[in-house]
Amino acid sequence: MIKVEVRYFATLRSDGVKKEIISTNKDKTAKELIGDLGISIDDIAILLINGVRSEPDTVLKEGDVISLFPPVGGG
Amino acid sequence: MYGYNGKILRVNLTEGTLKTENLDMDMARKFLGGRGLGTKLMMDEVDPKVDPFSPENKLFIVSGPMTGNPVATGGRYMVVTKSPLSGTIASSNSGGKWGAEMKFAGWDVIAFEGKSENPVYLSIEDDKAELLPADELWGTTVSYTTKKLEENHAKGAKVLAIGPAGEKLSLIAAIINDEDRAAGRSGVGAVMGSKNLKAVVVKGSGAPDVPDQEKIKELNKKQLGIIKENGVTGQGLPTYGTAVLVNILNELGSLPTNNFQKALFEGAEEISGETLAEKYLVKRTACYRCPIGCGRYVKVGDWEGGGPEYETLWAFGASCGISDMESIIKANYWCNEMGLDTISAGATIAAAMELHQKGYIKDEDLDGVSLEFGNITDIAEWTKRMGYGQGLGAKMAMGSYRLAESYGVPELSMSVKKLEMPAYDPRGIMGIGLNYATSNRGGCHVRGYTISPEVLGLPEQIDRFEANGKPGWVKTFQDLTAAIDSLGVCLFTSFALGADDYAEMCNAICGTDYTGKDILKIGERIYNIERQFNMMAGLTPADDTLPRRLLEDEIPEGPSKGHVNRLAEMLPVYYSERGWGTDGIPTKEKLEELGL
Repeated sequence: MIKVEVRYFATLRSDGVKKEIISTNKDKTAKELIGDLGISIDDIAILLINGVRSEPDTVLKEGDVISLFPPVGGG
Repeated sequence: MYGYNGKILRVNLTEGTLKTENLDMDMARKFLGGRGLGTKLMMDEVDPKVDPFSPENKLFIVSGPMTGNPVATGGRYMVVTKSPLSGTIASSNSGGKWGAEMKFAGWDVIAFEGKSENPVYLSIEDDKAELLPADELWGTTVSYTTKKLEENHAKGAKVLAIGPAGEKLSLIAAIINDEDRAAGRSGVGAVMGSKNLKAVVVKGSGAPDVPDQEKIKELNKKQLGIIKENGVTGQGLPTYGTAVLVNILNELGSLPTNNFQKALFEGAEEISGETLAEKYLVKRTACYRCPIGCGRYVKVGDWEGGGPEYETLWAFGASCGISDMESIIKANYWCNEMGLDTISAGATIAAAMELHQKGYIKDEDLDGVSLEFGNITDIAEWTKRMGYGQGLGAKMAMGSYRLAESYGVPELSMSVKKLEMPAYDPRGIMGIGLNYATSNRGGCHVRGYTISPEVLGLPEQIDRFEANGKPGWVKTFQDLTAAIDSLGVCLFTSFALGADDYAEMCNAICGTDYTGKDILKIGERIYNIERQFNMMAGLTPADDTLPRRLLEDEIPEGPSKGHVNRLAEMLPVYYSERGWGTDGIPTKEKLEELGL
């Protein structure tokens, strides 16, 4: 098992949860974890792992910080 | 002639005379309107070396062909003049309702020339225009002036005004319309102030002719559909406004903090779009014919009104190390009242904080107001002092460059061409650094918003740390933006629409036959004429740079740790992409190709 931190932003903050530590199986991808959390990957526009834009099939490591954003913009 | 009114209102403030002139439609076809047309008029009529505060400088308020017409976001206008802050061409854009009203009144351009002996304002009711005394309005806030003029003029009249900052020639003074929409950047409010022009009140009852109403209905149905289906314009901006970017930039470790001394802000959550929505938002607001509605109307205690944008939350927030949302909302309010640009005002306070931190500004200069990074500083009080030109506030009202220069350390001003940079640290996002360095008005994000591909993944995701390939992106974004700014629609539509869509929009309203390529070519023409103006004004390609800190000092912590902006790699390629000489000067061939 590994522990990762998941941070939710904008409309992905259901139930007011801003971030949580999740224990999950080793070798899990970001996409699989997002599925486990009940979020559709299609709703994620920006996926950051440790502040770096990452592909959904990236395998997670102990201590990773996963930041999830829906489509957002500004200027 | 469709889309335009075909008329320029010439206002000679020295003589107190007004006259009507026909708009040169060939010029309009080549430069569209807004930013492009205004710059062409400046080039033709004003010596680029002009002192920005002299009567010889002119100030053009220019609508676009889409302004006041039935298309999505068709309500914007542009103020074009020579900037007293940067010495470059200035073109500052604003939304709200004022721009459309000017078009309904029958005008495409209002050209101010000379300088009035006493304070005046311009009143326009359709084709009746007159200069009226503004002695009683001089010295008053923007909201007071706006309400007074609304009371004294036709029902539904719209007001654009300067506040005390513009009157006192603050180099970071804005022009404010509809009380809280700003033509913010480059000190355009001070040019109005230098001419003793307090306000323009306008009421119109007409509308420009359009060729085919049915065709426009069809086009609107299609384009509104694209805007609504797009995740950013259909969901993100309506729900959270621009403020949602605070957390994104902080998660990337590229949210400039404490005057760019670092790029990670521990208080980001407290000043985020999410917090604004949860605790302060009353409703969203929209400019003329805008289906997006990114404006925030907020409530703090008994007060309610226009809320801060992303850039403002950053400038008074992270940039000053401040995580107190209510203080930021208050500072934003005072910027609107004083007529100050929120980016430059907040960023200048941040520079002053660093000057104080490093011992250049002494405690005895502060008149008892704190100037430390963090929540103990009263940013609203400093904003007022800048607006009224009181104490150290008077020096700060000249912008961060002149402030830092007065202590012998101009490098502590986080500006390009003396215009304060906005809320994206270019050490963690390479392309936006190249855009800041080459922007024709200085440190500005909305001249080529490469944050779109580098951060938001639109139209496609590119690596923010990569320098290779960025010059091409920057050029394309700069050219398209110049065209959008000249059409009179909001830049935010470009999250959903592309050059072909803008061509289609323009053709439906103006009866033209532009292609997407033509729109980009017009944008390129505008970019080059702006560059020509700047070079003739005395700037040189050596001004295409970033503050030393961003080129040499690595980001100290967070996800962008260790990076600097690699401008030197990108700049020569950018010049080549633009078809300019290796010296950064537009070549004769390029200018001929563009019909300049």
